[in-house]
Amino acid sequence: MSTPLVLTYVGFFVMAAITLGGALMAVSARNLIRAALGLIIALIGIAGIYFVLEAEFVAVVQILVYVGAISILILFAVMLTRGLMKRDLPAQNAQWIAAAFISLAMFAALLYVALSTNWRAVETQVAGDLIPKLGTELMTTYLLPFEAVSLLLLAALVGAIVIARE
Amino acid sequence: MPVDYLPILVMIAIVTAFAVIALTLSAMTGPRRPNPTKLSPYESGMPPFGSARRRFSIKYYLTAVLFILFDIEIIFFYPWAVLFRDLGWFGLSAMGTFMLVLLIGYVYVWRKGGFEWD
Amino acid sequence: MDFFDNIFTNIYAWLAFWLHELLMGWNLPKDVESALVSAIMIILVIIVIILWMVLMVLILIWLERKNAARIQDRVGPNRVGPWGLLQPVADTIKMLIKEDILPENADRFVHTIAPMIVMMPPVLMFAVIPWGKGMVPVDLNIGVLWIIAVASIGTIGVFLGGYGSNNKYSLLGGMRAVAQMVSYEIPQVLTIVPIVLMVGSMSLVKINEAQSGWFGMQWFVFAFPVGTIAFVVYYLSALAEVGRTPFDIPEGESEIVAGYMTEYSGMKWALFYLAEYFNFFIVCVIGATLFLGGWNGPILPGYVWLVAKTYALVLLGMWIRMTWPRFRVDQLMNFAWKVLVPIALVNIVLAGVALPIFKMIGF
Repeated sequence: MSTPLVLTYVGFFVMAAITLGGALMAVSARNLIRAALGLIIALIGIAGIYFVLEAEFVAVVQILVYVGAISILILFAVMLTRGLMKRDLPAQNAQWIAAAFISLAMFAALLYVALSTNWRAVETQVAGDLIPKLGTELMTTYLLPFEAVSLLLLAALVGAIVIARE
Repeated sequence: MPVDYLPILVMIAIVTAFAVIALTLSAMTGPRRPNPTKLSPYESGMPPFGSARRRFSIKYYLTAVLFILFDIEIIFFYPWAVLFRDLGWFGLSAMGTFMLVLLIGYVYVWRKGGFEWD
Repeated sequence: MDFFDNIFTNIYAWLAFWLHELLMGWNLPKDVESALVSAIMIILVIIVIILWMVLMVLILIWLERKNAARIQDRVGPNRVGPWGLLQPVADTIKMLIKEDILPENADRFVHTIAPMIVMMPPVLMFAVIPWGKGMVPVDLNIGVLWIIAVASIGTIGVFLGGYGSNNKYSLLGGMRAVAQMVSYEIPQVLTIVPIVLMVGSMSLVKINEAQSGWFGMQWFVFAFPVGTIAFVVYYLSALAEVGRTPFDIPEGESEIVAGYMTEYSGMKWALFYLAEYFNFFIVCVIGATLFLGGWNGPILPGYVWLVAKTYALVLLGMWIRMTWPRFRVDQLMNFAWKVLVPIALVNIVLAGVALPIFKMIGF
């Protein structure tokens, strides 16, 4: 294996470890803010995985939208909750067995799909700057979804105002 | 290339190490003489009352929601801006439509007082 | 002037060559050897950048205190070293031997990790700036977006600092700071779009190249009206984003003591303070890179130009800080959402319409 390839592997495992660690912290923390912090760490790890996969734009958007914005929303949402600001909340409720079972089933299904699918290996690396390609696709092939996104966001804006006004 | 980001990873490591070393160093050199008055939260000299962990106004939440939505819209500007020269009038009209919808939302939020603070 | 212009790139090349020669003696496999050389060079470059940052910020702190004193008709620091130049060093040592107070019922983990998170974004931004000709530590083709994305991480640290202190002022300050940073991020991100549009790339190196020549007339500030408006919006929202005085609601002393930093002391406080100045410096560097031509300039070496332009913006920021009163919260929010955002949006439309027309005329 060439050095960059080795680094890619190492990078993937480091990022996967960060993601998993963050996720574990999110589900096991006894304090809501710490759980949110765990989630943020997991999101950063996922951004790292995108970087390793050479999807720079997606990775940066992941940081900008998820780490920078969604996490703030979650933290602010925690600040809105009533009794949940206390410190030592139980990390599980009565449904944890069912939740664990469903999570395991989900994991098994994903694993099955991942292993049974005959993944097509990409022969040639996509050369150079990917952003112009992304832009072209967005403006030609995916023009309709692109415009639909704006409508979706408009609906979200209206919804946010309506909920906040209640 | 992911390899390009290696220096950044190194940077994160070095800065984290710097912060940790600075904090441990100060923990070792600094005095540690706690007393109840020193440890109580600062409230301008008054005895603190109630908990500092209290609920907050929905205003903040609304600001965060508006931020996310506008953030996502703006992200779409960037690939378009990079390609602007090649796309020409077609790209401009496509983006114009997108922006018009954004503008409707913006005006709606303004009219409904979403930007008012207090 | 070529010699001075290339001095750092030459030192870099020479060091890499020397390392290469040194490792030749060890008879390592070719692959391992080149990897080792690049790894050592990366670490060296990063250490130099971090030292450079710290030096710049120490100068900045001294300059700000001296400037504030001048504007307010005082003397300012003048005891430690010539003209008080060693004052920041003395302050650092003082911070190091101060007691670290953790208020009761505070969340120790969150309280400790917050200043570290706040430190991170400006450092990561330093890595992608083209400091001079061929002097870009990491050239990303998404440079501009990287800067915007990384900058948004700082808000989490600020919030955690406010929350982790178990203090009402801290929490209120943290919440306000986050709301403010988040609100001013929108115009800041919007106002860079016309620049990307004019250059056709998000790489900071390409943006710099596009501004070379014509003795500075190609700088985007002079690309009237689009570039000029973009620059003003950028500068104002950047000042607000780093929370400098006309926009320093989050730490308004007269209302909420020191905001999210109220319960911090010793080295943790020093990290917050350092991060504040790192942030101020880096937004000025980015402003100089995006709008003032970066390292482009006649006669003098590139890095001198970039530092000079940066300090011009820094001094402007200090001047504003010393002479303007603080905004109210509602004024602050209105300014972001009702003034800067519409201006930035109109500016994008202007750029989008004006550019093709210029092209048709053949400008």
